Amino acid sequence: MFAYAIKRTLFTLPIMLGVSLVCFALVHLAPGDPLVSVLPPDASQAIKEQMMALYGFDRPYLEQFARWLARVAQGDLGTSIRTGRPVSLEIGKAVGNTLMIAALATLIGFVLGTLFGFVAGYFRDSWLDKAASAAAVFGVSVPHYWLGMILVIIFAVQLGWLPPTGAGPGGSEAWVWDWVHVQHLILPAVTMSVIPMGIIARTVRALVAEILSQEFVAGLRAKGLSESGVFGHVVKNAAPTALAVMGIQLGYLLGGSILIETVFSWPGSGLLLNDAIFQRDLPLLQGTILVLALFFVVLNLVVDVMQTTLDPRIQRA
Amino acid sequence: MSASPAGALVRSPGYWVAVLRRFARDPVAIGAAAVVLGLILMAVFAPWLAPQDPLQGMTLKRLRPPGTEGHLLGTDELGRDMLSRLIHGARISLFMGIVPVFTALLAGAAIGIVAGYAGGWTNSLLMRTMDVFFAFPSVLLAVALAGALGPGILNSIIALTLVFVPPIARVAESVTTGVRSRDYVEAAKASGAGALTIIRKHVLGNVLGPIFVYAMSLIAVCMILASGLSFLGLGVKPPMPDWGLMLNTLRTAIYTQPLLCALPGVMIFITSISFNIMTDGLRSAMDIKA
Repeated sequence: MFAYAIKRTLFTLPIMLGVSLVCFALVHLAPGDPLVSVLPPDASQAIKEQMMALYGFDRPYLEQFARWLARVAQGDLGTSIRTGRPVSLEIGKAVGNTLMIAALATLIGFVLGTLFGFVAGYFRDSWLDKAASAAAVFGVSVPHYWLGMILVIIFAVQLGWLPPTGAGPGGSEAWVWDWVHVQHLILPAVTMSVIPMGIIARTVRALVAEILSQEFVAGLRAKGLSESGVFGHVVKNAAPTALAVMGIQLGYLLGGSILIETVFSWPGSGLLLNDAIFQRDLPLLQGTILVLALFFVVLNLVVDVMQTTLDPRIQRA
Repeated sequence: MSASPAGALVRSPGYWVAVLRRFARDPVAIGAAAVVLGLILMAVFAPWLAPQDPLQGMTLKRLRPPGTEGHLLGTDELGRDMLSRLIHGARISLFMGIVPVFTALLAGAAIGIVAGYAGGWTNSLLMRTMDVFFAFPSVLLAVALAGALGPGILNSIIALTLVFVPPIARVAESVTTGVRSRDYVEAAKASGAGALTIIRKHVLGNVLGPIFVYAMSLIAVCMILASGLSFLGLGVKPPMPDWGLMLNTLRTAIYTQPLLCALPGVMIFITSISFNIMTDGLRSAMDIKA
């Protein structure tokens, strides 16, 4: 296992380098001057050149990439053009906020998804299966940003039970674990949870149906093992894959939180990304994408190694 | 869409007939297929179906609720007829859901087949490059590319195509690698067939079926992503009637006309769930595991 973990980590390094290259190249894909958002339109050529030199935009691409990579490796993601604060500081706070809703959403999605998946897989082709499968199709088909708007309409506008947007009363962004703040967490997390719910339910349904059709299950039953005993075997066989899917889903939610966070004005990495795009804050844009993508790569690595550990049947040389 | 007949010709004709027969026995899938067909017809005949001009509005009649006289589904924030905008919206919204998947199908299949057939360092170079793009969560990659390139239909198509090329290339590569070592390919090589002939005769017939079904399942994902980009202001630009963009511009009316601003999302939802159910039916008719 340990040897596999090291080998898998080594395979990940070139991917990480490639991901960094894509993030770096994104800035140069962008049309127009990278400093257009900070300089006044009537700035003189001399000032323009001075600023270009300050940010290093006047060097050859390869040199810029090497310098950028060296700084990134030391944890320095540059300075936000708009706020003048270090990008790493901005991202750290935002990613923490996103992690809260994403983790809660993954948890809700996992609980409901495995429940629906087991029910559907166990009672195949019954009305229970049809209902659970319908919930799963709903989860993967609904545009979640629209579902968020619907939930806001119902629970915030019509019923007035929960706050529609933000992460704290009066737009404050300082998080405290009390009911006033936790209220703000509910709608975004529930909205987000429909995606992992649908995907996990579908995966678990297929897994359970596949496991139940195997000979060892018939063998266990023939031996006289109780249904709950058989159930235990099914859980044990389905768990590694279900957990792996859950891990990957957390990564997708973290990286794809921009839509939900825009609907709920949740001050996370998605909203930060949105601001960075529309204010053309390129260092912030580059840094946020890099951090989220690298997080996804590392999460994939961890999930893969853990799955191999949990499931000894997977032989990966 | 031209992929299916090509695949059908190479496979034995009995296979697709059997698939269609099994598909026809699934009432839910047939219903979904009918909805998809209806949506496509609605998009094609939008100018004749829409009661009013989707771009012409009356500022005096802004944000009227559904059921207003002369406006069955009300009017939007600029006083434009909602029903007409929703009907016309099918055009650009379906276009944005299908075109990126189709271009990604062509590019991904080409990359996957070349990588799988050539093997060796060509395979490594192509597939490791795909791995890099695969390493991004799909929403993040789409938003990052569309954000860097700037809003617009063409830029969204480029961004979404790049999101879907790696997964399609992976499927094509693994099928091609499997086919390459088959005896009949060896036999074709031994009898002097060139690489292009082998790819055309033996590889394509095996590859097109699986990637076509896989690509079909991506259309719903692509629709939601494309509408999402428009919702963020990174996709289709106003005043074009796109369902995602309409959700964005109507958001400000969420307190005054909640029912009205939910309507475009209903269309996106109906479209994506119909595509999903139809593809699920097709998969089980073809006996492909989910």
